[in-house]
Amino acid sequence: MKLNRENKLLIGLCTAAGILILKLFSIQIIEDKYKLSAENNTMVYSTIYPTRGIIHDRNGNILVGNRVAYDLMVTPREVSEFDTLALAKVLDVTYEDIKAKMDEYKKNRRKIGYQTVVMFKKLPPETYMKFAEVAYKFPGFRGQARSIREYPFNAGGNLLGYVSEVNARYMEQHPGEYKAGDYAGMTGIEAAREKELRGEKGYNIWLRNSRNRIESRYKDGEEDKEAIPGDDITTTIDAVLQNYGQMLMNNKVGSLVAIEPSTGEILTLVSSPGIDVDMLADFGQHYNEILSNPYKPMFNRAVQAPYPPGSVFKLVNGLIGLEEGVFTPSTMYPCSMGYHFGKNKLGCHAHKSPIDFEESIMMSCNAYYCYVLRAILENPKYECIDDALDKWREYVMSFGFGQKLGSDFPAELGGFIPDSKYYNKYYRKGGWKATTVISLSIGQGEIGCTPIHLANLCATIANRGFYYIPHIVKDSENVEIDPKYKERQYTMVDTTHFPKVVGGMYRAVNSGFGSGGTASIAAVEGLDICGKTGTAQNPHGHDHSVFICFAPKDNPKIAVAAYIENGGFGASYAAPIASLLTEMYLNGEISSDRKALEKRMLDANLMDRVRVKK
Amino acid sequence: MRDLGGHRGRGLAKTIDWKLVICYLLLVLIGWVNIYASVQSAEPSSIFDTSCRSGMQAIWIGTSLVIAVIILFVLSPRIYEGLSLPIYLFVIGLLVAVIFLGVEVKGSRSWFDFGGIRFQPAEISKISTSLMLATVMSQLGYRIGRARDFIITALIILLPMGIIVLQSETGSALVYVGFIFMLYREGLSGWLLFMVGMAILLFILTLTASPFVAILVMAGVGSFCMCLYSGRLKWWFIIGVPLIVLMAFVPSIMTALTEDPESFIASIKPLYILLGALGLALPFALYFAFREMNRFSQLAIGAMIAGTMLVFSADFIFNSVLQDHQRKRIEVLLGMKEDPSGVGYNVNQSKIAIGSGGVFGKGYLNGTQTTFGFVPEQSTDFIFCTIGEEWGFFGCTFVILLYVFLIWRIIKNAERSREAFTRIYGYCVACCIFMHLFINIGMTIGLMPVIGIPLPLISYGGSSLWAFTALIFIFIALDRNERKYF
Repeated sequence: MKLNRENKLLIGLCTAAGILILKLFSIQIIEDKYKLSAENNTMVYSTIYPTRGIIHDRNGNILVGNRVAYDLMVTPREVSEFDTLALAKVLDVTYEDIKAKMDEYKKNRRKIGYQTVVMFKKLPPETYMKFAEVAYKFPGFRGQARSIREYPFNAGGNLLGYVSEVNARYMEQHPGEYKAGDYAGMTGIEAAREKELRGEKGYNIWLRNSRNRIESRYKDGEEDKEAIPGDDITTTIDAVLQNYGQMLMNNKVGSLVAIEPSTGEILTLVSSPGIDVDMLADFGQHYNEILSNPYKPMFNRAVQAPYPPGSVFKLVNGLIGLEEGVFTPSTMYPCSMGYHFGKNKLGCHAHKSPIDFEESIMMSCNAYYCYVLRAILENPKYECIDDALDKWREYVMSFGFGQKLGSDFPAELGGFIPDSKYYNKYYRKGGWKATTVISLSIGQGEIGCTPIHLANLCATIANRGFYYIPHIVKDSENVEIDPKYKERQYTMVDTTHFPKVVGGMYRAVNSGFGSGGTASIAAVEGLDICGKTGTAQNPHGHDHSVFICFAPKDNPKIAVAAYIENGGFGASYAAPIASLLTEMYLNGEISSDRKALEKRMLDANLMDRVRVKK
Repeated sequence: MRDLGGHRGRGLAKTIDWKLVICYLLLVLIGWVNIYASVQSAEPSSIFDTSCRSGMQAIWIGTSLVIAVIILFVLSPRIYEGLSLPIYLFVIGLLVAVIFLGVEVKGSRSWFDFGGIRFQPAEISKISTSLMLATVMSQLGYRIGRARDFIITALIILLPMGIIVLQSETGSALVYVGFIFMLYREGLSGWLLFMVGMAILLFILTLTASPFVAILVMAGVGSFCMCLYSGRLKWWFIIGVPLIVLMAFVPSIMTALTEDPESFIASIKPLYILLGALGLALPFALYFAFREMNRFSQLAIGAMIAGTMLVFSADFIFNSVLQDHQRKRIEVLLGMKEDPSGVGYNVNQSKIAIGSGGVFGKGYLNGTQTTFGFVPEQSTDFIFCTIGEEWGFFGCTFVILLYVFLIWRIIKNAERSREAFTRIYGYCVACCIFMHLFINIGMTIGLMPVIGIPLPLISYGGSSLWAFTALIFIFIALDRNERKYF
């Protein structure tokens, strides 16, 4: 053949075709990469959802368990004419419900193809059994078991938290961990321990043909993966006590927190009003109802609400004063129905005068702490009040106030403790002095503490100077908690100053009626309860009733903080409720002479007092 | 019997090249059944159902056959030479008009919309340009080596090509590059073909490796050609090869000399050293070239300087002239960016579909990749995926061989014809089909960037099918006119 241009071009043509064919040979015959990818494209993964871990209380009771419910699945393509009315009757839904769904499937039939879709979610087993008996009449319909949450104790929805289907935002925040249709704990313990509780999904692999119809198991199920159930967890909660706390807080707005001082374990965490556990199981259905509730049940007051602590805070100021050496436990301060400065007066109630430190706690004297705070802030040790206030703040924060405690409970908030910058901004520098901020002395003004802060304060005093970070999950077989929960957290106040405070709190409860002790109502024979009342002024209505207490005095087993919004004096509601909880925990029952008090507390309804935006 | 175009001596059936016609019909049929397979969904419908693409394609095929019959039996093959200029100008007008009057489809304005029926003038522009080229180049005394003739020829090709680029249909414009093969056959210097190839190679090397590598390769090839031409191949091996190898190690020597990125040595780029060396060599090379009156060396030096400029402008062209989607496609093709779910998605899915076909394929209508819609543009630009998946390696090879037969036969017939017009037109047709074939199939198997041009006669689409039918049958008609002499 002559190598003229015609032939050169023909050779070029054959070479080009040869290149194409060689490349085809390579991807169609030599490499398996593309065949494997194609298999991925045609394999259908059907997910097996794991059962969530069970949540136990500290005594082995089940707080949150699982039970079986059924989703009714339908493959529209396989459905033939059926008796809609009969199906509606069996499933306990209306004819219109089914009609609407079937019309929707018909509209989207191209998109659905041969797929199976969920028609009704979470049917109770009884309903499903009724359906199963007549299922043969309804080709294309079938049930799929799935496990849903069950709550044997009324332990409060805010504590336990709810589980719901993940949304787009949640998936974005946890990249790669969730897919649409997965469930995750959204609040409370469910969210705190989502990683342990959720378990691992499994899957069955099916092959589909070119008509999108499932043909067979892939490799006879060899590559399938079993679902791994979530780990069970043990919480520090005492289910019985929590349940009792819920009952006490019924029809009141506020929080009740109990901590075991020797470990920092949270025994009870009530936020009222809360989400009812009955709603928790089917959270989605009640979501709007919960959101529109004017009392905001989703708001977990126990860890999120920054309240003024009221007189309870005097304990902190007293301890700081002692540590700074600006007064001694035997220092006597006068009180003439309050503390007078210039033309102003910070009022107090009638009691004897002058009094020493222990008596000031017992009688909750306001004037005494005005002297103390003034001494702290006007301490000549510091160049100016700014430094003194910042030092004071440092002390306060060492008790855990003004910051997140670092508990394992999600959505905890830090509250607020003012510093000099704050007042400089508010009043300009040099424009304020000790008397300007004097209400800090009695826990009013610009202070915000959550109930868990107060319970932690109580535990700190019970321990005479240190606390463990409050936490809600205990070590168990599969779960190890962060070692930080086992470390003592000391405050900046020397432990030698604490016994005096304990003494004052003991006398506040156990001095008997008529002695001037503010918390006599909390006294329980034989329990040596130590407590401190607080009445937080509330410009919007009734004052808030505050009480912290621990018991017994020596070797304390429980530290409680009660915060009852619009409850009035500390002794009116908070002290009785906290002491009842303490008594129930330590004695397992309420003594007969306090039954009347218990009944009064259980029946009390303060909801009308609470102002809400409707 | 009426005279239908001057085939007086021989019968109808004998003058038509039936092999070409059968080849055409086979390809159209393959296209039709595969379009049906590619639009197959869970909802089976008839291949004639005009609500889906296979039914519509049946209509396009029917009308195409009417066009074929008109061209073969109604129109005289003698009219084309005279009409080529008016047709050419008319189509140029259409190409310009569509920029202003056309509808926008996927970022380019290249379609007329007549009440839902879309038509792309770029498709018939292939025919008009081929006819125009055949007319001009078959003139008595035409010599492609003469500057005036060459410029006119180049203008005929570049004018529609440029307008199509303005329509943002770079893919369709690329087909016109294929006319260079026809020009080669008609006497264009082979070196021009070589230089075009080199320019493309340099462009790719600059983008994938670096300007340094590109210029080094160019220096190597250039000096080799010069030495080869002047018979000094020995010197090339003695001096050229060691120098080039030495230069190749400059970057690693540089990094070995200093680790401090701030130092003076590090501030000299290897590229500058290479350019400096070439700059020093240039006067000597020019001196020898002019002393020996070696025209080839002179031209080669000029070409190398132009090549260096190309290398430096490649970066600019890539980043400023090319459009975003084209740049991305080239980046993916050249492996500069790996993103199987982004721009590379199409190619990756297409390779999966074809690769999963294996030796014999999954069988007709049993393709899973194509029917689930993993492959986009499945019935148009990516129709070859369906063939690859359902018919396997054998099916693909058969289709490619059919095209090779078609092009081969056209070239053979063209060579045999006595009239230059027929020959040149035949080569134009062969070039068009070849470019479409290579770019389209190359794209589906990852040899070429994703350039949206159809697979001739097989891809779904009315205007493409009509245009290729006319293109091919005009040649068959011209060829038939020749055959009466045999």
